[in-house]
Amino acid sequence: MIAELGHFALITAFAVAIVQTVVPLVGAWRGWSGWMGVASPAATAQVLLVGFSFAALTYAFVTSDFSLRLVVLNSHTDKPMLYKVSGVWGNHEGSLLLWVLILALFGAAAAWFGGQLPATLKARVLAVQASIGVAFYAFILFTSNPFTRLVQPPFNGEDLNPLLQDPGLAFHPPFLYLGYVGLSMAFSFAVAALIEGRVDAAWGRWVRPWTLAAWMFLTVGIGLGSWWAYYELGWGGFWFWDPVENASFMPWLIAAALLHSAIVVEKREALKSWTILLAILAFGFSLVGTFIVRSGVITSVHAFANDPDRGVFILGILAFFTGGALILYAIRAPAMQAKGVFGLVSRESALVMNNLLLAVSCFVVFVGTLWPLFSELVFDRTLSVGPPFFNAAFTPFAIALGALVPLGSTLPWKRGKGQVLRKMLPVLGLALAVMGLAWAMQTGQSLGGPLGAGLGTWLVVGALVDLFSRTGRGALADRFGRLFRLPGADWGKAMAHGGLGIVFVGVSGLMAWQQEDIAALDIGDRLTVGRYEVELKGVEQVLGPNYVATRATLEAYEGGEPLGRLYPEKRIYPVARMPTTEAGIDSGFTRDVYAVIGDAQVGGGWAIRVYIKPFANWIWIGSIIMALGGVLSLCDRRYRVAAGARKVAAPRGGVPAE
Amino acid sequence: MTRLLAVLALIVGLAGPALAVLPDEVLEDVALEARARDLSKELRCPVCRNESIDESHADLAREIRLVLRERLVAGDSDAQILDYMVARYGEYVLLDPRGGGTNLILWGAPLGLLLLGGIFAAVAIGARREAPDALSPEEEARLASLMDDAPKG
Repeated sequence: MIAELGHFALITAFAVAIVQTVVPLVGAWRGWSGWMGVASPAATAQVLLVGFSFAALTYAFVTSDFSLRLVVLNSHTDKPMLYKVSGVWGNHEGSLLLWVLILALFGAAAAWFGGQLPATLKARVLAVQASIGVAFYAFILFTSNPFTRLVQPPFNGEDLNPLLQDPGLAFHPPFLYLGYVGLSMAFSFAVAALIEGRVDAAWGRWVRPWTLAAWMFLTVGIGLGSWWAYYELGWGGFWFWDPVENASFMPWLIAAALLHSAIVVEKREALKSWTILLAILAFGFSLVGTFIVRSGVITSVHAFANDPDRGVFILGILAFFTGGALILYAIRAPAMQAKGVFGLVSRESALVMNNLLLAVSCFVVFVGTLWPLFSELVFDRTLSVGPPFFNAAFTPFAIALGALVPLGSTLPWKRGKGQVLRKMLPVLGLALAVMGLAWAMQTGQSLGGPLGAGLGTWLVVGALVDLFSRTGRGALADRFGRLFRLPGADWGKAMAHGGLGIVFVGVSGLMAWQQEDIAALDIGDRLTVGRYEVELKGVEQVLGPNYVATRATLEAYEGGEPLGRLYPEKRIYPVARMPTTEAGIDSGFTRDVYAVIGDAQVGGGWAIRVYIKPFANWIWIGSIIMALGGVLSLCDRRYRVAAGARKVAAPRGGVPAE
Repeated sequence: MTRLLAVLALIVGLAGPALAVLPDEVLEDVALEARARDLSKELRCPVCRNESIDESHADLAREIRLVLRERLVAGDSDAQILDYMVARYGEYVLLDPRGGGTNLILWGAPLGLLLLGGIFAAVAIGARREAPDALSPEEEARLASLMDDAPKG
């Protein structure tokens, strides 16, 4: 009964979304405020209805209602409660329901917090947002209904894919969808602005928090996914350039570009039409990602629901929204008059460079991801594009971007001069020194490791110097005092840029200086990798709630001193008929000791593989710092949005004008 | 229940995930083994979804790793081995597609866009540039004195 109510609520939400699309648009066109006023309550109604529908599905999973097809396919009574809940979105249908829930949530948030938006803009934004909803409700209801019942319910379910039964992956999809779908807000604002024919600083200010939130969620989502891959897939890779990963990375890159160009619109009223284009593309790439993950046309390690019919439907949605918005853009964009003028060396120019690099690097990922498909269709040439290509083609952009950030972010608006170089010269010296030190200390001739260490220093120290320079002049103590009264956006910027530097160190260090070895060990044998030793203490069978595991006990030593014990496992999930590996990891600040257990060997003993992974944690710590930078910046924004038209009084103590 | 699970696991007869490169595959010669690992990362496992033979647990991947090492020991160069693999399994096994023919587009398209975008950005920046009248020396001096008085902004 509850499932039927959930289904009914979903159909009602579909109807409400149709009304929310049509009525406010007509109202805004005719200037009827009553019709425009429909948008806000409709958005609230939508979120309540989809929320109920989602709760109904969750209830079915939690109570193991095996009369629902979806629950049978993805759950089991023995599964821990956390994974019963996360099982709701660990499959195609349920994750789509989560998708529309988040879509409705963002729409409602715009209705609730968009009080200061001009009435017509608000009506149009909500209408465009609802039209995306209409497409996805139709997709769910007509091709992927999560509430399908079975005539003869089985005794128990078939369990969730064991790889997904993991805390990292339980929360990875919700964050990723918050990011993907969050970009729909930027899209709705862009299309609404195109219909209005008006883009100004205020528009830039409204669209930025939404983009920032979406970018932050994407950062967390991608970070979680990468962390999960690192400890779960058994060889400690953190990024595979798999199509599905690229699907999340492309919107992230465009969102980062959009974030920066929206600043230019807000502060300087330049780059307007480019910013609109980016907003359309960002959501377009989200839809491309949806297509890649759900259509099955591109083989990937973790695509789910490979159904060509669904692929065609998503392709239709993609073509309609991206194509439609681009046509609208082509008609309306020439009317956008840019105002701000700026010199060759200025913050604006640096941000143009940032946008160029991010957009082209996104295109590299896009071409590489779709090339096998394209080549096979058009040239009848079956081939693969993998990590070697992406590493070679993407890295130059990352390096150029990293080199640009500290310079660009310290440049003044409008016109810069040499003073920036003078300020950054010591930082550059320090970065070069670190690079040289890394070069001298490393074994081997890797170029990437020292380069990453140098770029990381350049970014982190550059961000700190930039932050400190915003405290103005005066005694050191005063300046430190002022440091903590700087606006959240300044701190957010410094943290996001510094976090990027930390990620650079982690990625390059891990790739350049990883060590590994594998051996067949008997109990009591030792395996030496670099300065580290691992001794096999024992191997035992362990029973989990819904799996059986072979667990090794390893004692790790660093330079002869004991580090602690590692417990790598090899699990088998009998119901799902799938094995998984759980690495035993000793996490450290400068390195992880990472051990995996393999099969029992014919000649006796167990295959044990040990990796030393330098700076691995820096990748995820850096990602978290980047996301926190987004949060800080967002808090600042909220304050300023709440302050509304009220002029913010010039703070005492000379916080510099932007 | 847990016992049932254990029994089930036995009945289903699931082998655990084998590790990718197994101890018995590793070559004695450290330099050769390093080359083998590097080459393995460039070859795709033909029966897997999207993994190199270095990462894959599949039997075929293991076979290819062994063949690869045989060729190395026999004294083949890296290029010869890749050619051999392409002849055997098709272009599909190369994770880094070769530059020839239509693949030029793969490398060329991003470069083209970068160039185009660069020109576009340069034009855009050029169009947005102020044509400022340079300050006269007196104005510069006055500005400097003003800047010294006011807190720097």
